[in-house]
Amino acid sequence: MITTVLIALAQLIVVGAGGPLLVGVVRTLKARLVGRTGPSPSQPYANLRKLLRKEPVVSTTTSWIFRATPYVLVATMLVTALVVPVLVTRPALGFAGNIILLMYLFMLGSFFLALAGLDSGSAFGGMGSSREVVIAALAEPTIILAVFALVLRADTINLGGVVERLAREPLLAANPAHLLAFVAFFIVMLAETGRLPVDNPATHLELTMIHEAMVLEYSGRYLALVEWASAMRLFVFMTLLANLFFPWGVTGLVEPLPVLLGLLALAGKLAVLAAALAVLETAVAKLRLFRVPELLAGSFALALLSVTAVFLVP
Amino acid sequence: MAAAGRFVAAAVGLVALVLGLGGVAGRAFTVTVDWLVPLGGLELRLDPLGGLFLALVGGVALPASVYAAGYAGSARRGALAYPVFVASMGVVPLAANMMTFAIAWELMSLASYFLVLHEREARESVRAAWVYAVMTHAGLACLLAGMLLLGAWTGSLRFADWRAAAPTLDTGARGVVFVLLAAGFAGKAGVIPLHVWLPLAHPAAPSHVSALMSGVMIKLGVYGLLRAGLDWLGVGPAWWGVAVLLAGTVSALIGVLYALVDRDLKKLLAFSSIENVGIILIGVGAGMLYHSVGLAGLALLALAGALYHTINHAAFKALLFLGAGAVVRATGTRNMEELGGLIKRMPWTAACFLVGSAAIAALPPLNGFVGEWLTFVALLQSTRLAQPALNLTFALGIAGLALTSGLAVACFVKAFGITFLALPRGDAAAHAREAPASMRAAMVALAIACVALGLGATLVVPALVSVAGALTGDRAPIAVGDWLTLGVSSGFATLSMLAIALALAVALALPLVALRLAGAARGRRLYETWGCGRMLQTPRMEYTAAAFADPFKRVFDFFYRPEKHLDIEFYPGSRFFVERIEYTNPTRSVFDDWLYRPALDALRGVARRAQAIQSGSANVYLAYILAALLLLLVLA
Repeated sequence: MITTVLIALAQLIVVGAGGPLLVGVVRTLKARLVGRTGPSPSQPYANLRKLLRKEPVVSTTTSWIFRATPYVLVATMLVTALVVPVLVTRPALGFAGNIILLMYLFMLGSFFLALAGLDSGSAFGGMGSSREVVIAALAEPTIILAVFALVLRADTINLGGVVERLAREPLLAANPAHLLAFVAFFIVMLAETGRLPVDNPATHLELTMIHEAMVLEYSGRYLALVEWASAMRLFVFMTLLANLFFPWGVTGLVEPLPVLLGLLALAGKLAVLAAALAVLETAVAKLRLFRVPELLAGSFALALLSVTAVFLVP
Repeated sequence: MAAAGRFVAAAVGLVALVLGLGGVAGRAFTVTVDWLVPLGGLELRLDPLGGLFLALVGGVALPASVYAAGYAGSARRGALAYPVFVASMGVVPLAANMMTFAIAWELMSLASYFLVLHEREARESVRAAWVYAVMTHAGLACLLAGMLLLGAWTGSLRFADWRAAAPTLDTGARGVVFVLLAAGFAGKAGVIPLHVWLPLAHPAAPSHVSALMSGVMIKLGVYGLLRAGLDWLGVGPAWWGVAVLLAGTVSALIGVLYALVDRDLKKLLAFSSIENVGIILIGVGAGMLYHSVGLAGLALLALAGALYHTINHAAFKALLFLGAGAVVRATGTRNMEELGGLIKRMPWTAACFLVGSAAIAALPPLNGFVGEWLTFVALLQSTRLAQPALNLTFALGIAGLALTSGLAVACFVKAFGITFLALPRGDAAAHAREAPASMRAAMVALAIACVALGLGATLVVPALVSVAGALTGDRAPIAVGDWLTLGVSSGFATLSMLAIALALAVALALPLVALRLAGAARGRRLYETWGCGRMLQTPRMEYTAAAFADPFKRVFDFFYRPEKHLDIEFYPGSRFFVERIEYTNPTRSVFDDWLYRPALDALRGVARRAQAIQSGSANVYLAYILAALLLLLVLA
């Protein structure tokens, strides 16, 4: 019982504190890649602190949905932090959830955020909401098919079970079906966390933004919560990519040393993924909104190929 | 008179609920009254599956009747049809022979026809009722043909005899009967392409009747399909299941695509019913397929998922229709483009509608999620089939279900967001008043049902598995976990709604408490929405329902085939000053254009040919009668 609580706390702290750090690291790397010095990786913490101290301004048009949404967003992300095997294969709520639950928890957050976007009554919010739900809806089939490819191999949809099962396959990283599913999931990750080439996290240009358009009306502590939640979302998605597809280092033992090693392994994998993300975001331009479905259709095709490949090359 | 009708309906609903729950729990009884119905007499029999659907009838009729007290007031129209409708729906799942079933089925259709014709002054309603009558009777014709064939081949019109005799029938004969029955039941369930009546008829009826039609009546089509495919005809070949699975996937996707672009709130809900029947049929089809290849445990799981979604949909769709009815009553319009901002004027209705929207979008920890989860879990285990063609069919089914649920989220963000949030887009919405207590009570009860069905998953699933087991005749229980956690197929998947709900509740409170303790700024300043320096924030700056759905129109333009009509009038003085702009962007229905219109044209052509023998002269008609009589005598 005590260890379960400790593991839960450890995962909450890793996801809660790791999210802003990850966002900061990607930002710094991107700045370096284009020859700027850039802010320190810890800058997001400073931003959050500043926002928390400021008085929020709330539109008179809005209702309680607008004020509740930041809390719902944070709550969904904190719960996913307890479900996803971040450090150990059997996290505190591992028994309660599985990969499908995880998808729908993300959806719960998107649902409320899209409502909050509409709630302010400005055209920006509505535009952002509309675009957000388009992308979320079109990303869904890819996620589930990529998951299906994993399930075919692991014979369980419980995240811990997938990690345990796949950890026993040494040649996993060389398996074409697995790699196809990874690429498909990576593209979906870009879409779901609002990264280039789907959405630009660094812009407030009205014609291109999606996530930023929805949260335009937020300020003060509400904005801090929204930003924290979206940082955690990025962290959880990257962790899923790292731990589901490359399950090295995630431990089944709940002891200090293996958990510490798990943390180091996770940090290493996330550093590689963050570097990949930074390079990708520096190299590609944002897609026109109506080209995004083509990208997602492409990732869907990859996921379908991956499923087919599992059947053909068992 | 009207109050008496509602009271009778509520009483019938209560009895149906109690009896039905008894049936699910395993109680059984048979009632036979030989003289009441021709050809075999009235025969009613309660079994677990019938009990489940009976409970569904009662569970929705009860709140709908309470709601009607506030909604319909003392309007006399429909006072007789409404209780007849509820009672006949209650008899359908109990019927144990063909005549009882057919009479109850037809009474249900007729009563609902009169209820659809509620606003008989409106051309729209008359047309809706007409299309409904035609489609429902085409369906009835298919059903009667199938049942009579089965009756002729088995020598009995009692369902129990069919059950016993069906396995001895030839596979081809069973296939013919299955196709006929499935077509009839699918028409009632609103499966695409037999759905055309549904988005016309459901919105036209009063809202508590819409709730019953969408929540329960179309489910009786599903009930019939379950009976036909798994009970009356015994274990079918694999293609029955595959056909139902594919029909379900197509219905789910197309239903939600239409729902997404509709601006009529009740029509949106009606299209969404097509989608949800599709989701149910995905589970039913998978269950039939697993059943036919002998994967009994998976069949039970898939059927339990389908039944779960059936109950869930009854709860949240009834809730949403009642909510939409409250909106219509308060504002006099179903057009979302004239609504908005209702959350401030109708907080109860808005909160209930939000619960319904989140539930139908399958968001945890509400009930919609559990049903879809079970269906997903059943589909994901299709690998045990070991037939690559079927496996890939399932993969596409899984992807279709995922896309459907993603689009459903978008659809209900639109339905709730445009209707209830931001500024009112019209005067009616700006002066709306909250619904009276009876309507609120009905909505709150259904909202509580949505939450309870989600949190109580560990109690509901075992009951549904046993209902499914009684249906397939496979009573070997499958383990579904303990009181806290659902666990299926020996560790393939686990889910604990209670733990997730508790975690969500704690996680909601955590930042509130933490911010308070950390001494973050507490107050907030109210100001108008930022408008790029515009002077005034008006509803004209808001996103509309059409704008919200526009990206979907573009992405799926091959399906919607949208047309653009731009009509600009200039001031006479100069081409550069616009007096009026009218822009419409309607979608075209592929089913109307490519299926129903050609079929109707062909029918008209045949009718025109037949005109040739209609001279109008009585002598010629007498000659026809004589000729026909002689011909029959010769043939006999």
